[in-house]
Amino acid sequence: MASHEHGNDHAHDHDHEHHVENFWSKYIFSMDHKMIGKQFLITGMFMGIVGVFMSMLFRLQLAWPDQKFAILETFLGKWAPEGQMDPNMYLALVTIHGTIMVFFVLTAGLSGTFSNLLIPLQIGARDMASGFLNMLSYWFFAASSVVMLVSLFVETGPASGGWTVYPPLSALPQAMPGSGTGMTLWLVSMTLFIAGSLLGSLNYIVTIINLRTKGMAMTRLPLTIWAFLVTAILGVLSFPVLLSAALLLMFDRLLGTSFYLSDIMVAGELLHNEGGSPVLYEHLFWFLGHPEVYIILLPALGITSEVIATNSRKPIFGYRAMIGSILAIAFLSFIVWGHHMFITGMNPFLGSVFTFTTLLIAIPSAVKAFNYITTLWKGNIQFTPAMLFSIGLVSTFVAGGLTGIILGDSALDINVHDTYFVVAHFHIVMGLSAIFGMFAGVYHWFPKMYRRMMNKGLGYLHFWLTFVSAYGVFFPMHFTGLAGLPRRYYSNAEFPIFDELQDINVIITMFAILGGIAQLIFIFNFFYSMWRGPKAPQNPWRSNTLEWTTPVEHMHGNWPGEIPEVHRWAYDYSKPGYEEDFVPQSTPLKEGEVGH
Amino acid sequence: MATTAKTNVWSAGGNKPMNSEYGKMMMWFFLISDALTFSGFLTAYGFMRFRYDSTWPIAEDVFTHFPGLEGDQPLLYVAFMTFVLIMSSVTMVLAVNAGHHLKKTATAWWMVATIVGGAIFVGSQAWEWYHFIMGDKGGIELANTEVWKVANEEGEVLSLSQLVHGMEHGHAANHEETFTTEEVVAAFQANEHIVLQSPGKGHPAMSREASLSALRGAQVIQGANMHHNEYGAQQFANFFFFITGFHGFHVFSGVVLNVLLFWNVLLGTYERRKSYLMVEKVGLYWHFVDLVWVFVFTFFYLV
Repeated sequence: MASHEHGNDHAHDHDHEHHVENFWSKYIFSMDHKMIGKQFLITGMFMGIVGVFMSMLFRLQLAWPDQKFAILETFLGKWAPEGQMDPNMYLALVTIHGTIMVFFVLTAGLSGTFSNLLIPLQIGARDMASGFLNMLSYWFFAASSVVMLVSLFVETGPASGGWTVYPPLSALPQAMPGSGTGMTLWLVSMTLFIAGSLLGSLNYIVTIINLRTKGMAMTRLPLTIWAFLVTAILGVLSFPVLLSAALLLMFDRLLGTSFYLSDIMVAGELLHNEGGSPVLYEHLFWFLGHPEVYIILLPALGITSEVIATNSRKPIFGYRAMIGSILAIAFLSFIVWGHHMFITGMNPFLGSVFTFTTLLIAIPSAVKAFNYITTLWKGNIQFTPAMLFSIGLVSTFVAGGLTGIILGDSALDINVHDTYFVVAHFHIVMGLSAIFGMFAGVYHWFPKMYRRMMNKGLGYLHFWLTFVSAYGVFFPMHFTGLAGLPRRYYSNAEFPIFDELQDINVIITMFAILGGIAQLIFIFNFFYSMWRGPKAPQNPWRSNTLEWTTPVEHMHGNWPGEIPEVHRWAYDYSKPGYEEDFVPQSTPLKEGEVGH
Repeated sequence: MATTAKTNVWSAGGNKPMNSEYGKMMMWFFLISDALTFSGFLTAYGFMRFRYDSTWPIAEDVFTHFPGLEGDQPLLYVAFMTFVLIMSSVTMVLAVNAGHHLKKTATAWWMVATIVGGAIFVGSQAWEWYHFIMGDKGGIELANTEVWKVANEEGEVLSLSQLVHGMEHGHAANHEETFTTEEVVAAFQANEHIVLQSPGKGHPAMSREASLSALRGAQVIQGANMHHNEYGAQQFANFFFFITGFHGFHVFSGVVLNVLLFWNVLLGTYERRKSYLMVEKVGLYWHFVDLVWVFVFTFFYLV
């Protein structure tokens, strides 16, 4: 029996459960998963603005290395005297841009937002298993964001050794300006981040395993939930290894051990450090680093599965194959980390093993890509902004995945390692895909979060500007990378062989600025719709999943009456025998009707 | 009303795989996560150990002290520590069991035993660290940063005290005495039966001539810290401090949790709840810390 029909009988009972809420308990120290999800989203968006803005600053430098820009001095102060960027600041911007986008926007902002919002709503639970730990997870994240932002303002500048913070630049405070206090704050921030991520992940896993509503078998879960579950498991298994790496690094920095250091001269002085190995750090880092790619990507893929099926008005193609491929990707992600380190002097045989495991990932990835395309095939496609971004994700996932085959091969990788080819690859396959998934999620679930609809026209404008400028930025990088242009260089003016590439750099920067400005449309649309958008109906996308059976007005506990029981999978779209082209999961099977 | 709403929250679905309450399951996943942190450290340890295989100290030569006993007692004290920690796991099981039967007094007593066991372990670790830091026989760091021991022709390792004061007057361990590089080198040159011996596997020794020329640019090392290690490879000391310290921090946290738990048992919190589940959850953590020690013990002391 679908309970929302007789939910009103219980509504008056429920009022007693409300304890008095003030501003602090409702918006700040909330233990309600929906509010915590929104906190993650807003914090993630703010960090995203910072991260994207930084990329525009360093793109200015790359396009016109000798030109002075007053705007640089406005924002960077002493780091850009008379508008000429300091090389150390360039490295710092690249480092913090990477850190913020990878961890703060696409890990916490994406998975934190949607895992929190959707897990209890889609599995039919009143809230997360532990609301308190959930609140702590957000506050650890918020604290780590603050520390990371504070590190931008220290005297010697923020961490500058790249987002991977390889030693010795990260281990020796005297190595470069950013290796000082900025680097220490980076490590403090990441330790807080890891603690928050652990608390969040534990909650997501346990909630999905233990709190599903009656009838919600694992094989009836929406694919979003499968993606969040596997993402959380990846986080629980891989972040602790980053913690090990970070703790050893802190010892090297603060207590004079030599885990990662050996035979180093700084400013003509031989350091006492003896016997350590920076390659050890790389192994520990990338054991996290590679699963991290999927921690970022899987939630976006889960959101896409949901959005594409709903807006094609068709069941998702190959539901079980989708689950299988998520699991296969997750497993494989733990045995491929060596492909980030092909040029560290690795034994070529080991290199070929990592090549093999890396190329295996192409199989489950292709399963997913083909399932998306076959779901779209002959569908009754609804071109909502969320749908456009999801289709955009399929495009970037395929385009970026193809260069992954090149980079995964050790013999080919060595030639383009640390060039813009790599930058193009990971930005397209992981950065763009994940951010497109995040936009799709925001457009799709905005009515659930803020009870209002976002503007569709602005959504289209935002999508097309973003899509075109994203390819405009990253597609040409393949060519500059193949031409040998190394990443992380402050200026290429000293290398005449790269002179011809300068025009490409100018074009990339113009697209980057266009893409950055396009995000203002989104931000405007987001905040405008939050207060002024048209009121949302209960089920605006005529979707099957349980979150649309909750009332539009948020309430603690999600459903006013009983939690609805689930009788079918989430993808009964356009099912023969039904008048509507969707059948919510809470609808009982008709007599003689077969489930999926 | 508030209480019924609360039970509704958790009992709605009826999905409870393995009959596990959510907090217990969270503890399991946390332990898996923590296990991977330790795996990171132990893998790093293995990486370095194989890199410096030839000068990696042999544990029997390093951990030789036992309070109140003279002479070499290799690994005796760590065996005692390990025994105490494993026994504290047994008492924890008994506390959990008593909790299942809702026996308040028995639970409390077994908790006390567990806390005492944990405290003895942490204290023993401090004692072990103290002796490791103070040093034993002393070592000589050559110009190439390798650390070697002083030995006679029979292959017996001598302490610096025995080298400088002679076998009859010197102590088998240096105790509080410190020696300068000059007096050690002078004593070394004076006694033609003395050679340098590697602290690593098989204890290969240098010839007398090689020893004398190796002494050029060498310095005396007593004790171990983050920069020098008289027992052999520097990485051994670094990892010893780091991993046993990280484990000791876990044991210490466990003792703190157990004290809080014990206090709650006394207050009757679990009696009122009619469930000692919290004891079981912290028990899981306690067993995990024990299990990790078994690995740490194996890697540092046995293999």
